[in-house]
Amino acid sequence: MADLATFLAYPVSLLTIGGIYAVMCLGLNVQWGFTGLFNAGIAGFFAVGAYTSAILTTPAHPDYLGGFALPVPVGLVAAMLTSGVVAVFIGWLTLTLRSDYLAIATIGIAEILRLIVKNEDWLTNGPRGIPGIPRPFEGLSPFQNNLAFLLLVLAIVAVIYVAMQRGLNSPWGRVMRAIRENELSARAAGKNIMARRLEAFVLGSMIMGLGGALMAHSIRFIGPEATEPLLVTFLVWVMLIAGGSGNNRGAILGPMLIWAIWSLTELVTRQLPSDWALRSAYIRVFLIGLALQIILQRFSRGILAERPPEPVPLDDADREGPGKGGSVG
Amino acid sequence: MGASIAIERVSKSFGGIRAVDDCSFRVEKGSITGLIGPNGAGKTTLFNTIAGVFRPEAGRIRLDDRDITGLAPERLFDLGLVRTFQIPHEFSAMTVLENLAVVPGGQTGESLVQSWFAWGRIRREEADVRRRAEDVLDFLNLSHVRDALAGELSGGQKKLLELGRAMMSGASTVLLDEPGAGVNRTLLAKLCADIQRLNRAHGYTFCIIEHDMDLIAELCDPVVVMAHGSVLTQGQMADIRKDPAVIEAYFGGAADRGAGA
Repeated sequence: MADLATFLAYPVSLLTIGGIYAVMCLGLNVQWGFTGLFNAGIAGFFAVGAYTSAILTTPAHPDYLGGFALPVPVGLVAAMLTSGVVAVFIGWLTLTLRSDYLAIATIGIAEILRLIVKNEDWLTNGPRGIPGIPRPFEGLSPFQNNLAFLLLVLAIVAVIYVAMQRGLNSPWGRVMRAIRENELSARAAGKNIMARRLEAFVLGSMIMGLGGALMAHSIRFIGPEATEPLLVTFLVWVMLIAGGSGNNRGAILGPMLIWAIWSLTELVTRQLPSDWALRSAYIRVFLIGLALQIILQRFSRGILAERPPEPVPLDDADREGPGKGGSVG
Repeated sequence: MGASIAIERVSKSFGGIRAVDDCSFRVEKGSITGLIGPNGAGKTTLFNTIAGVFRPEAGRIRLDDRDITGLAPERLFDLGLVRTFQIPHEFSAMTVLENLAVVPGGQTGESLVQSWFAWGRIRREEADVRRRAEDVLDFLNLSHVRDALAGELSGGQKKLLELGRAMMSGASTVLLDEPGAGVNRTLLAKLCADIQRLNRAHGYTFCIIEHDMDLIAELCDPVVVMAHGSVLTQGQMADIRKDPAVIEAYFGGAADRGAGA
């Protein structure tokens, strides 16, 4: 059992972090993949979610806000709610902007959020970060705990996947994709694009906030370095584009694959002499860029490209249903 | 039933250029009103101003007795006024069927929460919307490209899809911006017939911008001629063809070519 645990420890950790990135990619997919919103501030929502859950679930500490010691599920839900509220404000401010300007605005706001996290010591313990973040299933042995946490992450990925897949294949997804394709035409077809864009932005940001919270519980610590745009915004974007934006399966495959590359290259570079190892961090970023290039050369729309849903078949539908298919005068 | 549109002293400028300048006319309820004029006369700008894309600097626009000046396109859709675009605005990465199915308002499945729980109802509505869309596709001779992406259609097919979206809307007051451009003659005749059928049998009101004078002559009564942002004259096509001011506006030779096309 001990051998098995040692053998499985690495894949378990790989899948756990990959799964957390999958959560964030599913969130970005709602914003970019479905609705065409260029959110370049993923790190900000990640930070809001991670710190919300950390503050609510850790025991009391004199240096920063906390000591609520609430159960982890409460932290996760609160992380989503806080991210959602922040997204409402940011969305309200920025969603009138066109896509490239939205990207610039979200970068700026995410940096503001990160600087708050870094400097407001009373709230977040500043650069020292918040240690001792609990995990669910604390009674189990370390390996069993890791395994249980992995299953929790995978269950959350599955629930979000099913929910987003149903939405995408229903008229909701169709309206969102129409807004992405042509705003003018979507408005001429009676769709309230501002309300829809806000809906997608808030929903996606809540899912990203949940991802942030899961990451905080997974590594039991959250500090400002963990919210670096390179580790969050950049990686999540690469993962979604590589996997296939607009495709929920792509939003799961992409992070698993890219995280495996990111993580396995660390195993290699760890063996290098120390002065080489220092430089190797940059080589990893380079490798990710190279992998993205190769993937996009072969699959221009990501490994799993977006596919329009199958139209509803006409023969097995209820024929006696009255003609109330939404004809509005 | 369609509604009347009253355009009252509407002006809209871009920088120093007055694209629409103190323009007034009425589109009577139940009419097929033609809107013609040389390029740059301000026809499409006026359409955009009626349809809520631009807000006029001066003047009012009424739909029946309701002031709709500056209302957003989605509000106008709810009030039963829709428009098509001169340059097709299709949803490129969506199938032709989806382009039509997205249009009807108030679909249950447009709510994310309903999409999780109200599957049976959404399925029935989807079948209903699809049947309506298939009818429109049949009518427009687009059934064979039903599952193609709209971005892959030919220019003429995209024009037809524009019209198809207007037909899916259920709105009965329709602004058509050059519906005939790029559409083949056979289909154009069919299109004319259907616009007339929608008008006579169902009371639709149409306002049509078009450069094809034969199409205008066959369909429209009255015809409004715009030049330099305002109304030059209006009346029946037979009289307008003879009007020296109209021929002047089209610059002689251009008028002959336009009238003969």
